[in-house]
Amino acid sequence: MNTVFYISAAIAIVSTLLAVSRLNAIHALLNLIVSLLAVAVIFFILGAPFVAALEVIIYAGAIMVVFVFVVMMLNAGDEITAQERQWLRPQTWIVPAVFAAILLAELIYLFSGPANKGVGEHAVNPKQVGLALFGPYLLGVELASLLLLSGLVGAYHLGLRHRSLAGSRHDPATKGGV
Amino acid sequence: MDAISMHHGLILAGILFALGLIGVLARRNLLFILLSIEIMLNAAGLAFIVAGARWIQADGQVMFIFILTMAAAEVAVGLALALQFHRDFKTLDADAASKLRG
Repeated sequence: MNTVFYISAAIAIVSTLLAVSRLNAIHALLNLIVSLLAVAVIFFILGAPFVAALEVIIYAGAIMVVFVFVVMMLNAGDEITAQERQWLRPQTWIVPAVFAAILLAELIYLFSGPANKGVGEHAVNPKQVGLALFGPYLLGVELASLLLLSGLVGAYHLGLRHRSLAGSRHDPATKGGV
Repeated sequence: MDAISMHHGLILAGILFALGLIGVLARRNLLFILLSIEIMLNAAGLAFIVAGARWIQADGQVMFIFILTMAAAEVAVGLALALQFHRDFKTLDADAASKLRG
């Protein structure tokens, strides 16, 4: 199990590094999907099978598909890649990278103390998660549904604003294309 | 089943979070900034799962589900804003919107 954990962790780190450094948006997205799948494997090893499935279905599936759709709608082709190459010079990323690396080093230093208790020996099954979710966290579930509704209405409103100004607000079926 | 050190899980979450932070700070394309925010949210969720596995409680997974919900809502609104931005400015350069009333 330990070996599987470290291999997946290495894959997650390398593919995330590729995801934030690629110039082409689709390449970055594909690397990020690999990273999310590796994290899903880690969830499974840590004894959280339900969340591992959610990670694959919602993160690597739904959210990334939305990203791919937007990249397609924006038609990010070769000129965007050239633009990114122009934007992504070392002088723009070296300082934030050094600062983030310092913060990370501090974090690792804080974590490297004693009291290394193991994780992943016992699984927390979906039934326990469901009982907690709809028991003590019921209010949180209701708030999450409100958040999703407001996100839906907000995204719809933002997507429709220009068209309603143009006067064709009665025809939402023809939306699409940028 | 061999146990995995909790610190190693948290360090992995920290590394992924730092990579996402670098992406947010260093990229200028709105799409990549949103992508990096997703990486950071996912790393925070990983930390919750590791903590939940440490104390064998379901609360970590419940928190991850809430983070997932929030990420879904955030990405819907964020990408709608990115599309709107692209319509208005014909670019995805975040610096194009550096003025509040431009």
